[in-house]
Amino acid sequence: MLKDITLGQYFPGTTLIHRLDPRAKMVLLFAFITALLMANHPLTYGFVLLYLTVTVSVSRIKLSSLFRGLRPMLFIIVFTAVLNIFYTPGEPLVTFWVFKITAEGIERAAFMALRLIMLISATFLLTYTTSPLALSDALARLLSPLGKIRVPVHEFAMMMTIAMRFIPTIIEETDKIMNAQKARGADFETGNLFRRAKALIPLLVPLFVSAFRRADELAVAMECRCYHGGKGRTRMNQPHMAARDVWALTTSVALFAGVTVLGRLGWFLP
Amino acid sequence: MDEIIRFEHVSYSYPTEVAAADKDGAASGSSEDRSVTPAPALNGVSLAVRRGETVALLGHNGSGKSTLVKMLNGMLTPDTGTVTVCGMDTGGDPLKIRQQVGLVFQNPDNQIVATVVDEDVAFALENLGVPPAEIRERVDAALRDVGMSEYKSHAPHRLSGGQKQRVAIAGVLAMNPTVLALDEPTAMLDPKGRVEVMETVRRLNAEKGVTVVMVTHHMNEAALFDRVVVMDKGAVALDGSPREVFRRAEELQALGLTVPQTVALAQALGLDAAPLTEEECADAIYHAYKGEPHC
Ligand SMILES: Nc1ncnc2c1ncn2[C@@H]1O[C@H](COP(=O)(O)OP(=O)(O)OP(=O)(O)O)[C@@H](O)[C@H]1O
Ligand SMILES: [Mg+2]
Repeated sequence: MLKDITLGQYFPGTTLIHRLDPRAKMVLLFAFITALLMANHPLTYGFVLLYLTVTVSVSRIKLSSLFRGLRPMLFIIVFTAVLNIFYTPGEPLVTFWVFKITAEGIERAAFMALRLIMLISATFLLTYTTSPLALSDALARLLSPLGKIRVPVHEFAMMMTIAMRFIPTIIEETDKIMNAQKARGADFETGNLFRRAKALIPLLVPLFVSAFRRADELAVAMECRCYHGGKGRTRMNQPHMAARDVWALTTSVALFAGVTVLGRLGWFLP
Repeated sequence: MDEIIRFEHVSYSYPTEVAAADKDGAASGSSEDRSVTPAPALNGVSLAVRRGETVALLGHNGSGKSTLVKMLNGMLTPDTGTVTVCGMDTGGDPLKIRQQVGLVFQNPDNQIVATVVDEDVAFALENLGVPPAEIRERVDAALRDVGMSEYKSHAPHRLSGGQKQRVAIAGVLAMNPTVLALDEPTAMLDPKGRVEVMETVRRLNAEKGVTVVMVTHHMNEAALFDRVVVMDKGAVALDGSPREVFRRAEELQALGLTVPQTVALAQALGLDAAPLTEEECADAIYHAYKGEPHC
């Protein structure tokens, strides 16, 4: 049951999107979101939507998986849309009691919902096509200039790696302890919230004790393998931006910038 | 004689809370306090290990085996006495000493750092600042040496215990150490995993001449080494070839240890022999009852 939990869902694959350098993908996501938030014209929205559609279809990620990711956010999306429908000033189309619905409101709600959906989908597309390790590694590399101003970037990356290394191990252990406690009559599934929380204590205590012991032993093992912080460290896997990464980055960023500027200046045909 | 490891009159006590409180200079420790101080973990150990030797370290719980192993790469340094490895005092530059002595521990899960096998094996070399191309080469070689090449892009948590422990061995082997020290590496493994690890260790010794020091509770494993050192109360109690040591079954029993099953059988039959393999055991019994000389 616990085995199903994963940190960010990753669907391995070999498409162009999967193979792009994770750093390039992160920068692209950032550029995409900027373009999306700056969009103020149906044509700009259209372009951004087209871009996302093409990327999703190239990545071969199923639409159903993408929508599954959206489900937890559905409430926020609907809530934002409803607020926009009722609270946008303008010529009322329908009025009842204190509510009035305006044409501008409907338009804005639609755009708002579309914007949120695209934002979330694009983020999920990144996590679906990039392994969590590659992601944290890319993040650390992108942030590495901050190391110069004493932001502990290396430590952060190391923490992420170790966390990801140990999550499966600790989940397995949780399963084992749970089964052991169940065999002695522990009940994790019934009762009110308070009772269930209390039932978790005999699970959490051994889990924490073991996690601390693991941390201790791991620290010794790391020291035995000459770990002494990030200073003078090299990496076996040096990422290199391939030609395709550079191309994807420059063309996409140029397109986003062009469309955004044109949209802002209102140079599109009405 | 090509000595790789040398312990000279090494003593060590773990810092206790009482001692720590004393240092704070609070109410000065009375003599009663001192009497609770536990016995030292190592008490005047002198030991020399030659290049290419394989040494099994035995002893009951708390006899100081793990402490001795941690002395080998400077994780612990003696209170009095000296430990020299490859001509270097272990109190010196820790990075240099740790490269010479690879330490492998009991729980393979708690010594694997990365989420991919080959990245874990690369960990030590990355720490040492080795250039990427050379890391790749040495990682591939280390994985080949422990027979785990085909698993190089697997996730460690999907491997069996024996495989994980071999990855951990590869992780220190990548540093090209002179000494491989293992603290009960087989204790958490199933019989199959134990055989895998023992075979790997023996092959590394035979093919690459790596000096091996290994703590174990399995007498049948100890019988496979060149030399057996038995610890008791922080000191070396017995030291010799497996045959010599296991012949002294009564002393071993007094130290809380057993002998390999083959030796136990021979001795139960009243033979004055220490057969280390089943073959030898059968031979010894055969010859004893035929009235011929045996080993
Ligand atoms: N971290 C520690 N702090 C304080 N005392 C310790 C510590 N580790 C070990 N000791 C003590 O030092 C002595 C020797 O311990 P050591 O771990 O070396 O024994 P061992 O032979 O490895 O035993 P085992 O077979 O249980 O692994 C024991 O009395 C133990 O209680
Ligand atoms: Mg021990």
